Amino acid sequence: MITEYQNIFNQLQVRGPAEMGTDDYGTLTEDRTKSATFSSLFGWFANAQLGPINLGMAGVVSLASGLIWLNIVGFNMLAQVGWSIPEFIRQLFWLALEPPSPEYGLSIPPLNDGGWYIIASFFLLFSVMAWWYRAYQLAAEQKMGKHVFWAFGSAIWLFLVLGLFRPVLMGAWSEAVPYGIFPHLDWTTAFSIRYGNLYYNPFHCLSIVFLYGSCLLFAMHGGTILAVTRYGGDRELEQIVDRGTATERAALFWRWTMGFNATMEGIHRWAWWFAVLTPITGGIGILLTGTVVDNWFIWAQEHYFAPTYDGEYGYEAYRTYEDFIGKE
Amino acid sequence: MNLEKLMNFPKWFGDWNKNNPTDIYGPVIVMGGLGGAVLVVIALFSFGQPFATDSLQTGPRGIGMSVPEFKSDLAKPDPTIAELDAIGNLDGDLIAAMQAWTGIPNLFEDPDSYQYAVGSMMISMTQNINENWAGHVNANGEVGVTCYTCHRGQPVPSEIWFSLMPVTERTAGWSANQNRATSLSQSTSLPSDALESYLLDSQTIGVHDLESRAAGIPGQDGHPGIQNAERTFSLMNYFANSLDVNCVFCHNSRAFYDAGQVTPQWATASLGILMVQELNNDYIVPAGGLLPENRLGPRNGDEPKVACATCHKGYQQPLQGTNVIGDWPQLQSTEEVVDLP
Repeated sequence: MITEYQNIFNQLQVRGPAEMGTDDYGTLTEDRTKSATFSSLFGWFANAQLGPINLGMAGVVSLASGLIWLNIVGFNMLAQVGWSIPEFIRQLFWLALEPPSPEYGLSIPPLNDGGWYIIASFFLLFSVMAWWYRAYQLAAEQKMGKHVFWAFGSAIWLFLVLGLFRPVLMGAWSEAVPYGIFPHLDWTTAFSIRYGNLYYNPFHCLSIVFLYGSCLLFAMHGGTILAVTRYGGDRELEQIVDRGTATERAALFWRWTMGFNATMEGIHRWAWWFAVLTPITGGIGILLTGTVVDNWFIWAQEHYFAPTYDGEYGYEAYRTYEDFIGKE
Repeated sequence: MNLEKLMNFPKWFGDWNKNNPTDIYGPVIVMGGLGGAVLVVIALFSFGQPFATDSLQTGPRGIGMSVPEFKSDLAKPDPTIAELDAIGNLDGDLIAAMQAWTGIPNLFEDPDSYQYAVGSMMISMTQNINENWAGHVNANGEVGVTCYTCHRGQPVPSEIWFSLMPVTERTAGWSANQNRATSLSQSTSLPSDALESYLLDSQTIGVHDLESRAAGIPGQDGHPGIQNAERTFSLMNYFANSLDVNCVFCHNSRAFYDAGQVTPQWATASLGILMVQELNNDYIVPAGGLLPENRLGPRNGDEPKVACATCHKGYQQPLQGTNVIGDWPQLQSTEEVVDLP
């Protein structure tokens, strides 16, 4: 059955000795765990090898402070339901750790009215920043570019706008997002309605363009590479330095489809920039909301890109209630 | 078990099949799928859409302004209309009618009972609604209200509400009034104190700034915060569920703030808000002082209060626009005096 092994996208899992990674200076293994195992389950989705992991000091600090954040949120929720585990599970998606009430502004609020939120947020900030540093550190150790670090940074920009920069500019921690499943969704809706419909925020528009564009690019790229794996297209890096028939066919397909094609290198820049620009533009849009613009729909009408709908309002202009309920 | 042997087919049949292997599964799936689709289309055209809907257009085309309903739901009239018809006009005997409407057979027979005192106040309230709140009640034509509009034959009307505050323990401020699925939050995590804030305490329902730029710190100096938007959203969910409508029954949902892009129902609802505030503060809460303890709120011991659903009960117009007041001139004006036994 080895004839089925045509490329790396198949159901066979070929196993050799575990890949333990480079050790250029003789000191790089110090931060790594020592052993590696294999998992067939992991192999179905990605690489079957599990470990070694290089958690490092930054990783340990990040996980620890992230765990503290999670525990503060969880125990606050538990306290809110009178320490009842069944009620905690039942209401889990509804419960939240809320930011302080508006009257506290940027001052330190009581623990039961946002104080715990401020403390938890501090640990979350520390955790995210430590993980960001780790992304830089690991890339530097491998002498890689810092693309992943900067991409994560763009997500952190949006996170900081929502939880730090904008509340500070607005003068109240109450503007921050609650930590809860449904409550953070309620916050999102209420935020849009409060500021006059966020869909008319041009940076929100841009963010959606890049988000949907990311999905489209991902589907196009993934589809293209899968389609040419039978010619070795899955070995993208080899195809970049030693162009083969897979690349040529993929390029021809798109050039004949739309008259233009990305290159084997360039498609990854397209994908990276679309992904990174999603939270960057989104963050700009959030930062301008309430600080520079308080009603986006009115702002859009003032700048001539939203129409005014001045037809008849009210069902009486169209039909009767009696007709609707079948009484006529 | 070999199928050919089981069915006693001739040998050449099995041999031919073996020598001419054919993929029958692909075509079977394709043909089956196509054939099934054809059957579904034929069935839909023959028997109609089983979940057919109708819609009430409420605004200009192109912005989704319509209230959809299942035709099967629309075909069912409010069952309490038939119950009201069964009670009839009782030859104009108002006391007997009030006994039937409220499901209290001895109402107004014992002057010392609390029902006697509460009932007297409720007569005044009904007269006040019919006389002074016609802009809301009779917005679509003469219907009026009687005891039955809320009570529907029950001593305690359905869809009354009590304060549930606080809904979380060991919290204060905006952490204490939300994030728990309750009847008053319409099972969302939005604030559960919308009814008491807006329909009892008469706080301003304000979400937006009406200029593209307005200075101020949210939640302070009357400058609404996101939390005010959430509480208003909770109230609007209650409105929508009370009348079985959606946002666009009253608003152009892309511009909630704009009074120039609302329907006439928005004005009717605004009058309704003022009416409910008056009813709760001038009649219901004072009358609540006369109630026995077992009629008070389970959580805070507060009086039962009214809001949209207490009358509307899930319909755009209570009792689907049935005129209930025509036979009862005694309830139409505060000038009238109802002779109690």
